[in-house]
Parts: sequence; C-alpha cells; structure tokens
Amino acid sequence: MEISITINGQVVNADVEPRTLLVQFIRDNAGLTGTNIGCDTSSCGACSIHLDGEAAKSCTVLAVQADGGSVTTIEGMASADGTLHPMQQAFMDNHGLQCGYCTPGMVMAATSLLEENPSATEEEIRIGLEGNLCRCTGYHNIVQAVMSCTKS
Amino acid sequence: MIPAAFEYVRAGSAEEAISLIAEHGDEAKFLAGGHSLVPLMKLRLAQPSVLIDIGRVSDLSYVKDAGDHIAVGALTRHCDVENSPIVMEHAPLLAHATSHVGDPQVRHRGTIGGSLAHADPASDLPATTLALGATYVVQGPNGTREIPAGSFYEGYLTSVLAADEMLTEIRVPKMNGAGWSFQKFNRRAQDWAIVGVAAWRNGSDAGVALVNMASVPVLATSVGSAIASGASIEDAAEQAAAEADPQADLNASVEYRQHLACVLTRRALEEASA
Ligand SMILES: Cc1cc2nc3c(=O)[nH]c(=O)nc-3n(C[C@H](O)[C@H](O)[C@H](O)COP(=O)(O)OP(=O)(O)OC[C@H]3O[C@@H](n4cnc5c(N)ncnc54)[C@H](O)[C@@H]3O)c2cc1C
Ligand code: FES
Ligand code: FES
Repeated sequence: MEISITINGQVVNADVEPRTLLVQFIRDNAGLTGTNIGCDTSSCGACSIHLDGEAAKSCTVLAVQADGGSVTTIEGMASADGTLHPMQQAFMDNHGLQCGYCTPGMVMAATSLLEENPSATEEEIRIGLEGNLCRCTGYHNIVQAVMSCTKS
Repeated sequence: MIPAAFEYVRAGSAEEAISLIAEHGDEAKFLAGGHSLVPLMKLRLAQPSVLIDIGRVSDLSYVKDAGDHIAVGALTRHCDVENSPIVMEHAPLLAHATSHVGDPQVRHRGTIGGSLAHADPASDLPATTLALGATYVVQGPNGTREIPAGSFYEGYLTSVLAADEMLTEIRVPKMNGAGWSFQKFNRRAQDWAIVGVAAWRNGSDAGVALVNMASVPVLATSVGSAIASGASIEDAAEQAAAEADPQADLNASVEYRQHLACVLTRRALEEASA
C-alpha cells in the first residue's frame, strides 16, 4: 500500500505491507534510527514518538494508521543549527541518562507531557512517565530534568 | 515481532465499516486504536486476514450531554474521555477510571469502544461502565440495538456483539452528585489490575463492579442489596466476592483475589460515602 507520512517536516512516501509497524517505517524507510525498539510489546516506551503532536508508542501503531499524518522523532527535536531542544539540554544538564537507550523515548514522552500540562508537579511527572522504563538511572535525574523544563 | 500478513481497508463511516465487514466475513476485524488488537497480532495470538480501520470515523468521537445521561462515541480516545468536562462533571468515576488505563501514550491511541468491545475482564472500563449502569449502542446491517452493559459480556474476550456489528455509542447515566471511588490494585505502574473495584453511592443506593474477578466484569449485586437494606460498609463489603468466580494466575490465587475484592470494596465504599 502506498502511504505518505511527514517525518520531522519531510514527506516520506513508500509502498509498504499493511503489517509494517510505524517504528519500522521510521527506522527502515525513513532511515531515522534514533527511535529505539526495546520491549516490542508496548510496555517500555523506548519507541515513543509524537504522532500528530501527541506521544505514542510506534511499535504498537501500524504505519498505515499514520498515513497522511505527521510524526516527530528525536532527530526532529534539535534546531537546524544543532541547538538542542530544551528538554534534551535538560537531560544533559541533569545527568538524566546513562546508557541512553531509553532517552529518545523519554524525551518524546516528557515533551508531550509538558505540552499537555506545562506546570506538571513532580508527582504528575512520575505518573506521566509511567509508560517509559529506564534500566539505568533510577528515574530520579530524569524527573529532575523534566521538572527543570516546567513553567513554575 | 511483525503481525501475519493481512489486507487493510479503511472505513469512512459506520455504515461503510458495517458493509465492509459483511463483505469480508468472519476473518475480518475492526481496528480502532489498535492498542489491544495490534499487540495480539504481533504475538500472532490473533491473525485476522482483513483489518477494517475505523480509526478515522471521526463522527463517532464525541462526548455529549444528553439530558439524563451522557453519550460517548465509541471512537472517543481515552485521553479525550478523561479530559472531557462533561464526563468529569456528570460521570467523574468514568473520567477517573479512564485516567488509570495504561499510560499517556496508550490513552492517546486507545478508544472507549475498543476497550469495551475487546471484553477483557481485566480492563478497567467494562467494570466501570457496568457499575454505572451504562447502555451500549450497537449498529449492524439491520439497524441499531441497545445492550445494557450487564447483558453485553459473555466470557473471556467475548461479548454478544455479532461479527458484523459495531459498537457506536456508550450511554452513561448521570451520577447526579453520587460519591464514587475507583480502586485498582496492581504491583507495577501501568499494569492491568490484579483486582479492581468501581463503586458509587448515593444514600442507600450503591453500585459496585469488579475488575478481573471472573471471565467477565462482575456486578456485585449482593453488596448493593446489603447497602440498600442498611448494612454497614464492613458487612456489605464482606459480600463483594459473592457473585465473582475468579481465576488463579501468576499474580494471585483465587483466595487472594477474593480477599482483595472485599478489602478494595470496603475502601471504595468508604471513599464513596465520605
Ligand atoms: C501497554 C498497554 C497497557 C494497557 N493498560 C490497560 C489498563 O491498565 N487498563 C485497561 O483497561 N486497558 C489497558 N490497555 C488496553 C487499552 O485500554 C486499549 O486501548 C483498549 O483495550 C482497546 O482499544 P482500541 O481502540 O485500541 O481497540 P483495538 O485494539 O483497535 O480493538 C480491540 C478489539 O475490539 C474490536 N473493536 C474495536 N472498536 C470496536 C467497535 N467500535 N465496535 C466493535 N468492535 C470494535 C476490535 O475488532 C478488536 O477485536 C492497555 C494497552 C496497552 C497497549
Ligand atoms: S518498544 Fe515500543 S513500547 Fe517498548
Ligand atoms: S539510561 Fe539506560 S535505560 Fe535509561
């Protein structure tokens, strides 16, 4: 099936099988490998992207469902001149990552969360990130990073 | 993990979806948000040969104030239900229970209709709508019919929905200021309930339904009758597992589930009566 998805502002057309997952489309068709596959069962959040402006787990969306839609991945967060998105910078400044595997998904989930609730409290951030697992950090510095981006 | 191959068609309206499913027969399935179906297909526990995508039937995504009840379109996403001012005002138990479904990413995609049609007794919304006395509106080739939540569920992942019928609307009676509580017991964030309780109370009227206490969501009618006849919360809650038929699994034995149902029902009634 011929589909067209705008990824980070760029239209990507491809002829895919209906069973193609959005995460495969992003990684294999668009060649953007910043979006990771962790659990592959919609539990870990490593594959989180923004679909039409809202965080979604791209391992659990069919590419055909996103046809005509707009996707943002971690590669689309920094400005063209390389300046990091404030959330990316906050993860760096707060040591919110160790191995980095969960980080793209964390950044996408956290930005979507603050988009909906710009002045989220620490508790709301912890609950709001419950769909994203991190094996390294113990979450504390991730929560600090996200809190530093809230409007208080 | 990739699903087995299937044919994909998109429906623009409920009528089109129903005629497409009639055309494709038993091997076809509706696809709403895909957050129950796609994981099953990836594990190859489901292998429909045709998917009829109803995710773009946008005129079935709404919340309306309909006088004595609120009407929620079947394709309304969880995030739109939990944040709807109408749901928050007139059915706060539903708004709250919906905010406990999975995580934000799941609630951005999953729909209320998909959750109910999937008929998983471990899901939060079948029991919540059952406690609230909701009615489901279903459309088929021969028109629409209304099914009370109490007559909808037949067994594990099965309901009275015929293969060519589509759930289109959920009608939830207004709670009219009743107290309410939703208790969900699980071990890890984001998990399904090991046992859950959805309850409301308005004086001597009370409704209590249980999550994951049988192959279907369970209406704890004994608890309601005990409250109506003036029993204390403690005594009424002792009846919580009377209608249940729980299974043992990795998380809990039958006895533990029965115990949890009573404890959570007591807490729910205390909160709903406060
Ligand atoms: C990680 C994760 C965690 C979750 N946690 C919870 C939780 O804690 N509690 C909970 O309750 N749920 C949970 N869910 C399930 C979630 O609520 C799903 O969104 C919901 O069960 C299915 O809705 P859907 O729109 O995605 O349906 P789909 O997956 O698209 O469809 C599910 C089934 O219903 C049928 N169907 C869908 N819509 C209709 C309709 N209108 N008419 C007739 N048939 C229809 C489909 O054919 C399919 O068989 C979780 C899901 C995930 C992935
Ligand atoms: S890879 Fe998608 S949620 Fe884990
Ligand atoms: S930094 Fe390693 S999984 Fe989160």
